[in-house]
Amino acid sequence: MESTARAFKDNVSHALADPNLQDSLGKLKVGFSERRRQAAERLPEFEALRDRARDIKNHTLAHLDFYLEEFERKVLALGGHVHWAPTAEDARRIIGELCQSMGARTVAKSKSMVAEEIALNEHLEALGIAPIETDLGEYIIQLRNEPPSHIIAPAVHLTKDQVADTFLEHHAKLGFTKRLTERNDLVAEARYVLRQKFLDADVGVTGANFLVAETGSSMLVTNEGNADLSNTLPRMHIVLASIEKVIPTLEDAAVLLRVLARSATGQESSAYTTLNTGPKRAGDLDGPEHYHVVLLDNGRSAVLGTEMREILRCIRCGACMNHCPVYGAVGGHAYGWVYPGPMGAVLTPQLIGVEEASDLPNASTFCGRCESVCPVRIPLPKLMRHWREREFERHLTPKGVRQGLALWSFVARRPRLYRRLTGLANRVLSLFGRADGRYSTLPLAGGWTRFRDFPAPQPGGTFHAQWKARRS
Amino acid sequence: MSNSSSSVPTRPRRVALFVTCLVDLFRPSIGFAAVKLLEEAGCTVDVPPLQVCCGQPAYNSGDRATTRAIAMQVIDAFEGYDAVVAPSGSCGGMLSHHYPGLFDDDPAMKVRAENLAGRSYELMAFLVDVLGMEKVAARYDGAVTYHDSCSGLRELGVKTQPRRLLSSVEGLVVREMKTPEVCCGFGGTFCVKYPEISNAMVGEKSADIAASGADTLLAGDLGCLMNMAGKLQREGSAVRVRHVAEVLAGMGDLPPIGEPERDGRG
Repeated sequence: MESTARAFKDNVSHALADPNLQDSLGKLKVGFSERRRQAAERLPEFEALRDRARDIKNHTLAHLDFYLEEFERKVLALGGHVHWAPTAEDARRIIGELCQSMGARTVAKSKSMVAEEIALNEHLEALGIAPIETDLGEYIIQLRNEPPSHIIAPAVHLTKDQVADTFLEHHAKLGFTKRLTERNDLVAEARYVLRQKFLDADVGVTGANFLVAETGSSMLVTNEGNADLSNTLPRMHIVLASIEKVIPTLEDAAVLLRVLARSATGQESSAYTTLNTGPKRAGDLDGPEHYHVVLLDNGRSAVLGTEMREILRCIRCGACMNHCPVYGAVGGHAYGWVYPGPMGAVLTPQLIGVEEASDLPNASTFCGRCESVCPVRIPLPKLMRHWREREFERHLTPKGVRQGLALWSFVARRPRLYRRLTGLANRVLSLFGRADGRYSTLPLAGGWTRFRDFPAPQPGGTFHAQWKARRS
Repeated sequence: MSNSSSSVPTRPRRVALFVTCLVDLFRPSIGFAAVKLLEEAGCTVDVPPLQVCCGQPAYNSGDRATTRAIAMQVIDAFEGYDAVVAPSGSCGGMLSHHYPGLFDDDPAMKVRAENLAGRSYELMAFLVDVLGMEKVAARYDGAVTYHDSCSGLRELGVKTQPRRLLSSVEGLVVREMKTPEVCCGFGGTFCVKYPEISNAMVGEKSADIAASGADTLLAGDLGCLMNMAGKLQREGSAVRVRHVAEVLAGMGDLPPIGEPERDGRG
């Protein structure tokens, strides 16, 4: 996917001026966090499970090579194939070749953020293969030629009316010429249109929530059952997953599933949890003849052993963005690439370069709400701060900010000079602000006074000046 | 928690006030309110003169070298006190949660930073959790709503302490807003680096404050208070904005943040 992360500030302006987006975000902010809160409250051991989930991921990441090779051994023993893709380009090529080997004309895809990361659809289209998104949200944005705006709810930025218009525009040629207004009718129409495409697909491509090393299984959760049709009907099933998705055992998967759905949607469990364990066996009624797993690195192994490694614990529940006031204000597209919100602000600079994504880790108040709900306890503000440190070290911080900081730092390290200057500032600002108690404009403070009044200091000198006078 | 003062021999007596740079420059009354509350609780309060700032502007801008230099200054200035108390969750959190991590490669400084961290507190948490304060002798006629500033709430667990003390203020009623725990959009330099996002956030906050029906907004961090006061006043709201310590110390008759001295007009 083409990045627009560099244009973050422009993206923000557009997002804030988009009434449909603001309408959708208003619902998201209340809905997701309330449901998660209730789900967590209903499970007394939820906090303990978060600790266990964190520990499982930490253990796996500390022995990632072992578990990946174990997973590969199991898949091979089941009659499947494993492909190691160091880069996005490698993954695209491998999947393209696999599809061509089947003479595929259409590919049924079940929602996969990694597929977005490697821009798989564009690649398949260039090869003359039609990718069909089978997740409802993913299907809607495919029709609209938009990227996802959320990692589990890709069309969450759209209103029902926008979806109705999109369906009318694209389904009219299939005979659906009535503009629908009811949610259930929209779903039914999409289901009808998509069903035939499932039946036509030559290859199914799915992501994976977890790869289980002890059994060689890939595990996928959905609420629509679309993944089950993507991986059982076509003759070839390709699982595309990044390397940090592997976990040791099914027991571990059970722990992670318990925190995943609750954190994501507030459900106790997603409607469908599917395990794919190799190709169709002799005697099986259905299932793919060919089973392939493409393991994508794309910069992740370089994070191991660094101060950023904790981001690899992420299980893609979306809770951080659901609770983020910045995401809630601007939505996912403003972040400019595949992964939005706090986890994206940490991961995106790693995957596409901090030069391109320099705004993302800066556009946070460090309010800490993301960390407080993360099911695997990733210290997201701390990791965003690490990116700011790297930007500062590499002189990527904007010049104005650097100069202001240098000046402030010079003064702040000289307490006596600081006292004199703050004493002066207090006198001047309180004198001219005395009549109103505040300023509606102030030189050099346009970022503040464009939207807010600026309180004038209390008259009478700084605290330190007054304290000194009182005690002497 | 509610031990009487005489039964706790290790109770901190010699307390240093970490004024914070915003209180020093913009609203000294918060510092004096903090001193009053601490002295009423039996502490001897000192204000080390060489303190400036906790270093957050540099820390959150990625400038670790400057942050360390400032942290060393703070550690020196606050050596030897039983407790260091700040009328701010974010500055208190900086001292108690972030300083030690600045000195991972300097064991001697790390020990000193950890020592400071172990005796640094946010004011409300110190009064209630450490000193066992249960009530104050103050009066405030108004309906207040309390904003939980992020660092105080999520790093330091400041939530019930200010409400507990507020419930003892005569004439005061608390009207909670819907989302007191959602960030106001201040975020230090964030509010001027990303003013549009900050404005959207504080706009939601001011709507929530208005919907609470309260006539006064309180919080424990001056940065957040200046942000919310500035937005409310730009919107023409009549809600008065004060630091919680001022109300608890009986200084609720001062002009609110961003309002002029009363000279017959106010």
